Amino acid sequence: MEKGKSLPSKKEERYFYLFISPWLIGFFLFTAGPMIASLYFSFSQYNMVKPPQWIGLKNYINLISDPLFWQSLKVTSIYSFFSVPLGITFSLIIALLLNQKVRGLAWFRTIFYTPSVISGVAVSLLWMWIFNPEFGILNYLLWKIFRIKGPAWLFDEFWVLPALIIMSLWGIGGGIVIYLASLQGIPTELYEAAEIDGASSWNKFWRVTLPLITPVIFFNLITGIIGSFQVFTQGYVMTGGGPHYASLFYVLYLYQEAFLSFNMGYASALAWILFLIILFFTLIIFKSSSLWVYYEGTRR
Amino acid sequence: MEEKKSRTSIFQSKYKREIITKLLAYILLGTASIILLIPIIWMITTALKPLDEVYIFPPTWIPKQILWGNFIEALTFLPFSIYFKNTAIITLLSMLGQLMSSSVVAYGFARLRAKFRDVLFMLVLATMMLPSQVTMIPLFILFKTLGWVDTFKPLIVPNFFGNAFFIFLLRQFYMTIPTELDDAAKIDGCGYFGIYQRILLPLIKPALATIAIFSFMWGWNDFMGPLIYLNSPEKLTVALGLSRFTGVYGSTAWNLLMAASLVAVLPCIVLFFFAQRYFIQGIVITGLKG
Repeated sequence: MEKGKSLPSKKEERYFYLFISPWLIGFFLFTAGPMIASLYFSFSQYNMVKPPQWIGLKNYINLISDPLFWQSLKVTSIYSFFSVPLGITFSLIIALLLNQKVRGLAWFRTIFYTPSVISGVAVSLLWMWIFNPEFGILNYLLWKIFRIKGPAWLFDEFWVLPALIIMSLWGIGGGIVIYLASLQGIPTELYEAAEIDGASSWNKFWRVTLPLITPVIFFNLITGIIGSFQVFTQGYVMTGGGPHYASLFYVLYLYQEAFLSFNMGYASALAWILFLIILFFTLIIFKSSSLWVYYEGTRR
Repeated sequence: MEEKKSRTSIFQSKYKREIITKLLAYILLGTASIILLIPIIWMITTALKPLDEVYIFPPTWIPKQILWGNFIEALTFLPFSIYFKNTAIITLLSMLGQLMSSSVVAYGFARLRAKFRDVLFMLVLATMMLPSQVTMIPLFILFKTLGWVDTFKPLIVPNFFGNAFFIFLLRQFYMTIPTELDDAAKIDGCGYFGIYQRILLPLIKPALATIAIFSFMWGWNDFMGPLIYLNSPEKLTVALGLSRFTGVYGSTAWNLLMAASLVAVLPCIVLFFFAQRYFIQGIVITGLKG
């Protein structure tokens, strides 16, 4: 019988490759191959009518002087900068409240998670109607409760991004569920020990709870940033990138270049820059993680 | 004596503090619940109103006149029954593909040993980081040369080659099952495929349910895929049909738009209510063990 550290037999190796063959084939066909092709396109001029023509770095040089590229980068960065940390903060607060041994936990969890279940076009339409400046529920409630005359939201160059950030906070249910599970996994002995040492609730949160869930925050920060840089549907359905490019998300611009203008080469260059940006942020967060992420069993 | 007294007062103040914290928690959670529920209530109430009641200020929470006919009008104006059928075909076949391929691949990574296994698994995880936009354009050109544009194939076929996220999730599940079961089956003359099919597959049913649900949700809500690949009016999906709705009807008939949106999200909500356990499980596993 094969056990533990014995070397895998030839037969086992063969079967391993047999079992993973769907993924392996898919990887070459749908990931690695297209990646090489896309890198090649990014150095070419290609409109799908004539074969791609090598133009070297020209697409990348053109990017630098393309105001819409910078605009889309700015829009996406602002969106990401606010929606990701706000999402993490709010979902963490709600998870902490749910962790106070409240009754009806299952009910609350259902309510908080339901909005995340519905996504895409239907939700975009719903929020278009909520943000309607004259008859939308948001401006009505702002007037009714605070006597504030709400802005034109999606029709206002300044307010369109805050509107989409508010909308993103509606879908934090997934985060809440994750944080709640990680909070429930913290051993109670740690709190008891802290109490014996005379720690206040505030101290317990900062010294026990927060360090222990930093790995989860870390993971959600990365997936959150990757996700926020790929926002598309909201921009396409709700604003079309407007007003005056104020919500021109990066991927929306990429889509327009590729499938409306058929600048496949230029759009490929945009895609590679997006990949590099995501890679850059992920690496920064990874590098910084030793400073703020606490892993049990390792000393800092 | 004095020590005892002070201890009871500590307990009392602790008890008091706990009650206050709990009360505060209920108030905040209640407020948050209401805020999160308002959009859904707003969606339902708008869907049931006649158009002239949609455009009144202040808005009404309960329609004066409930128009169930809105749903019929919204769903017959565009051929939504065809959209539903299309979406169901794409979504269910994609789901089937994911269940078969990801479970096989994950078994390989969890149970069989090979020299490059760990390197290859790192590669699986690395592909999760790659934004789909990088491969989008070459894939479009590939499917166009194959003559697959304006068919469901580009949206279905890639799902039969596994998905990194699901492979990861299933591998974690396989790892929790003791290998003694495999060994016992092996003694009884079971091959690797037999172990996968007869021993492990029945044991990871909960994980398969989680994958089925996530794959359904992604397929159902996918927008960019259908937008790029489907053009013919009779081939649209629900999401794509909804996005066209604004163009056809103008964004004025909000009652009909909300009625159509409500029907569009209904399958996902129903699924969530009946299979909540699997949803929660899936999010927790993928969110915690990253």
